[in-house]
Amino acid sequence: MSDPSSINGGAAVAMVGKDCVAIACDLRLGNQSLGVANNFEKIFNYDHTFLALTGLASDVTTLSEVFRLKTNLYKMREERSIEPETFANLVSSTLYQKRFGPYFIGPLVAGINSLTGKPFVCGFDLIGCIDYAKDFVVSGTATDQLYGMCESLYEPGLGPDDLFETISQAFLSAVDRDALSGWGAVVYVITKDKVTKRLLKTRQD
Amino acid sequence: MADRYSFSLTTFSPSGKLVQIEYALNAVKQGVTSLGIKATNGIVLATEKTVHNTLVKSDSFNKIELLTGDIGVTYAGMNPDFRVLVDKSRKLAHTNYKRVYNENPPVKILTSDIAKTIQEATQSGGVRPFGVSLLVGGYDDATLSKKKNEGDPNASGFSLYQVDPSGSFYPWKATAIGKNSSSAKTFLEKRYNEELELEDAIHIALLTLKETIEGEMNGKTIEIVVIGEPDNAKMGFQGLEGATGPRFKRLTPQEIDDRLSEL
Repeated sequence: MSDPSSINGGAAVAMVGKDCVAIACDLRLGNQSLGVANNFEKIFNYDHTFLALTGLASDVTTLSEVFRLKTNLYKMREERSIEPETFANLVSSTLYQKRFGPYFIGPLVAGINSLTGKPFVCGFDLIGCIDYAKDFVVSGTATDQLYGMCESLYEPGLGPDDLFETISQAFLSAVDRDALSGWGAVVYVITKDKVTKRLLKTRQD
Repeated sequence: MADRYSFSLTTFSPSGKLVQIEYALNAVKQGVTSLGIKATNGIVLATEKTVHNTLVKSDSFNKIELLTGDIGVTYAGMNPDFRVLVDKSRKLAHTNYKRVYNENPPVKILTSDIAKTIQEATQSGGVRPFGVSLLVGGYDDATLSKKKNEGDPNASGFSLYQVDPSGSFYPWKATAIGKNSSSAKTFLEKRYNEELELEDAIHIALLTLKETIEGEMNGKTIEIVVIGEPDNAKMGFQGLEGATGPRFKRLTPQEIDDRLSEL
């Protein structure tokens, strides 16, 4: 009931396709069972690297700004944008610095490495342990449902359009079975030279 | 008492100079010559190992050191200051970079971090400036991809920097520091071209050292480090995707002698 990571609710998922990745989140921000806002996006991008943050809404906002600061300083110092793999390690070390008083979040990172062209997704626990995956990663209050849907719908080697269908179906079905997630969703499909953002219509209950 | 009255020794003279830094540069100018050359496929760092007594075991110390697996450094000036800087630089590579991003710093980033520590010694209380100039050379993917994006036809991941006691640093294609640096630089200027490969660069390094060296020249009296292709055998493990071995390679006295006999 007073578990910080499920007060506000929310869910996210990321998937790997052929030369593309997709990342999706819901738009709900709630207070326990009361819905408060239906425009709370949980995906942030730092150039070509995407970060989804589920969990305590205040920590989502704080961390998205911490990483905006860190990636902007990185860009000024290195004269280049941060790569997804490097960013994942930055997330990990940043979270572990708060090992004994952690941010109550469940981050996902997705993107395509601009040097190698390789798709990359990974997830983390709240203290920064990286969960590397070659297929999909899930996070949030609908984690159990998302695992079930992704396990049954996912197949490797999907193109951008098929990947969008798969991630959308999996995500919608999962959040419909979670009272704390939903109220709209966004899906980003990322290829080497194009990013598509789509808003999904969902059940509004 | 000591901490309340420890003002910086490096203060401006009325003419606008920082004489302490000029003295440090004089210490560098008296130092043994070192040089660095950037080739298309690598970096060569070379220096003379002056032994003022035949009883000194010259194989027991090095004047060119490894900072990360792909970055090497040498110096002209005071040896103790160099060793302190090597320790600090290796630590910086970890605390400022490896422990944050889990990868080694690019040459430019590490060089600017070293330059920062050197600069701090010119403005802090109770310390003197470092009596060394450094040559930092190495490889990183970031430089390679940046050059490629700029459409550079000779794009390579290798870079060579010089850092001075003031904390300023500059990139070079080839340069020398220390006692005979100006004549060595004129020599390098004549010999250098953009298409140099590693073996040519080693050859030029030896020729340049020959011009400036004071004693006998053999595998024991000079030191050469090459930063070229990665040596995966040195990793001690295999099978990790994307992992490459260190590029830093110190030539053995035998390897140097072999090249000297062909000079």
